[in-house]
Amino acid sequence: MYTPAIVAEAMVNGLLTGAVYALVALGLTLVYGVLHIINFAHGALLTCAMFAVWAASELLGINVYLAIPPLALIFLALGYALQRFVIGPASRGDDANTLLVTLGLSIAIENALLAAFKSDTRTLSGDAAFDVVELGPMLLSRPRLIGFAVALVVALLLWALLRRTDSGKAIRAVAREKMGASLMGIDVRHIYALTFGIGCACLAVAAGLLLPTFYVTPRVGQAFVLVAFTIVVLGGMGSVAGALLGGLLIGVVESLGGLLLGESLGQAGIFVIFILVLLLRPTGLFGARA
Amino acid sequence: MLTSQSIGRRAALRAAAAVSVLAAPRTLRAQPAAIRIGILQPVTGALAQDGELGRLGATLAIDALNAAGGIKSLGGAKIEMVFADARSSPEAATQEVERLQAEGVSAIVGGFASPICLAASQAASRYDLPYIVDVGVADSIVSRGLTNTFRFAPGFGSFTSVAIANLAALIAASGKPVKTVVLVHEDGLFGAGLAKLMNAELPKIGLEVLETIPHPTPSRDMANVALRIRALNPDLVIPSSYYNEFVLLARTMQQQRIRPKGIYAVLNGAASNYRFVKEFPEAANLVMDCNHWFNPNNPLALTVKKQAEAAGKFMAYNVPLNYSCVGLVADAIERAASPDRAKIIAALNTSTFAGHIMPYNATKFVGGQNQGAIPVNLQVQDGDIKVIFPEAVASAKPIFPVPA
Repeated sequence: MYTPAIVAEAMVNGLLTGAVYALVALGLTLVYGVLHIINFAHGALLTCAMFAVWAASELLGINVYLAIPPLALIFLALGYALQRFVIGPASRGDDANTLLVTLGLSIAIENALLAAFKSDTRTLSGDAAFDVVELGPMLLSRPRLIGFAVALVVALLLWALLRRTDSGKAIRAVAREKMGASLMGIDVRHIYALTFGIGCACLAVAAGLLLPTFYVTPRVGQAFVLVAFTIVVLGGMGSVAGALLGGLLIGVVESLGGLLLGESLGQAGIFVIFILVLLLRPTGLFGARA
Repeated sequence: MLTSQSIGRRAALRAAAAVSVLAAPRTLRAQPAAIRIGILQPVTGALAQDGELGRLGATLAIDALNAAGGIKSLGGAKIEMVFADARSSPEAATQEVERLQAEGVSAIVGGFASPICLAASQAASRYDLPYIVDVGVADSIVSRGLTNTFRFAPGFGSFTSVAIANLAALIAASGKPVKTVVLVHEDGLFGAGLAKLMNAELPKIGLEVLETIPHPTPSRDMANVALRIRALNPDLVIPSSYYNEFVLLARTMQQQRIRPKGIYAVLNGAASNYRFVKEFPEAANLVMDCNHWFNPNNPLALTVKKQAEAAGKFMAYNVPLNYSCVGLVADAIERAASPDRAKIIAALNTSTFAGHIMPYNATKFVGGQNQGAIPVNLQVQDGDIKVIFPEAVASAKPIFPVPA
């Protein structure tokens, strides 16, 4: 069997990957928790963000990590506008419509990216991706360590935003009771759009953390969305802490499963968890609402 | 300003229409009817990158044939491409074959992936429509007894036997002890089938398979695969994956400082891809592959390579294969002197086509498979992809084992 050192390294690798999964899931869970819609365009928007990061780095020559804050703001605005001017009006207040609108949006975005960038696989050039940090016997990828740290900070910021600020309070109020919040003078349409924007901003950050060690094609987002859905269900729909812990847990399960059972079966571990959670604890680890 | 401009444009259009109406009868009389050839490639979906390259190869071939005077036995009839998007799925490919049939094509070239080729050639067989497989390596493509289906390139069985024979030769020539192997493969039909064959064949040339590591496509992470390779410390790694996964694996292995004596890929999506070599020269250096490749000593092949690069693409094997397959069909139509499908199939069966740009022996179809087709071994050397086997077409000597 494998030596403890290798199992430990696989676990750490899983944690590092899981943190970025968590960030992707954060956007999804927030939108679900507040708007009560499953955003099918999440994967396509992640792809969009990855292309934006790629373009900023390769075409404009901006350092990936410096590109993250402005891109997060751009995606905040983009998400806001999408919800306010496209998804909201097009769905006419019906959740089933929203589902279809986001699905349609994902198809439109993916094919627009395909038309613009063709199907080529793109990666960031340069050797930064190969930097490693030696930690005892472990060789850990530096971009992944950075990704882990940034993902944790962003989750913490998001949690603070929801807890401490007026906007956060309004978001939570809308999540809990839309009608009541509206009667208290909260602009529900604004909060919906703001939430969607924050979800997109999370994706922009995740894209910036992923790209140094990953690649981007017009379909790449799909690889992450299924995992993100699992994390959202595992952590509890709408829970920030749940998404973070769920992401880390799924990362470790995937990594250890891959090591012990083979990469193909390792992925199965994720979905076994998905089914078990649905059977035994449908509200997820941190989900309060049924 | 805007108004006067648009009136001007309208007037110009009207004039152009009038001219073309007047000119039309004359062009019809002067030009024999174009021969339509269906080009079927997956240009959307998961296989889009390969499909685009296939389309480029076919386009370059048709342009060259038309520039050289079209089909001479039909009075210089031009070849007209009818493009169909297989959308990376056999179902979509089948639908597109129906459309190509309705559009009256004389033959279909392409498919790329084995499942697409299997479905599309079968759909075409119902109309006795000649179907030329460009890449699909599954052996079942030519073993179903379909009389319309021809494969110009080698199949799976040929690839594995040649890959193993060349590997044995490589090890013998190196004079170094190479005993252990780790297989990494994608877990679909292609990778798993190859791994099974390798597990049966490698012990016969004295190699011990330490472990067979499957991975899904797409994979988000290759860190674990690399970890396991590091723990097993094999002499040789044999990967069979699609492009993105192999790039991830090679990069992760480099990062984890895993340096086996050699990486010997078989039908790998990346190991013989210029994009990989250009973008990750260090990770790609000295990787070997057994794959389709153009003949590096053929001047026409080098011209096509330049044209592909001028079009902003890399000369992956899809380009020369589709270029050659279109040439094969045009040659058959030329000899059949007819757009009639039965006559084209008869001409393909007796084809000795030599105008291709692959390093193949004389073209001869038996049961739809070109007996002259051979796989070649490649190695990334000095930022370029060199042919190292067979010696007759080799452009470099193999470097094995990798110098420490």
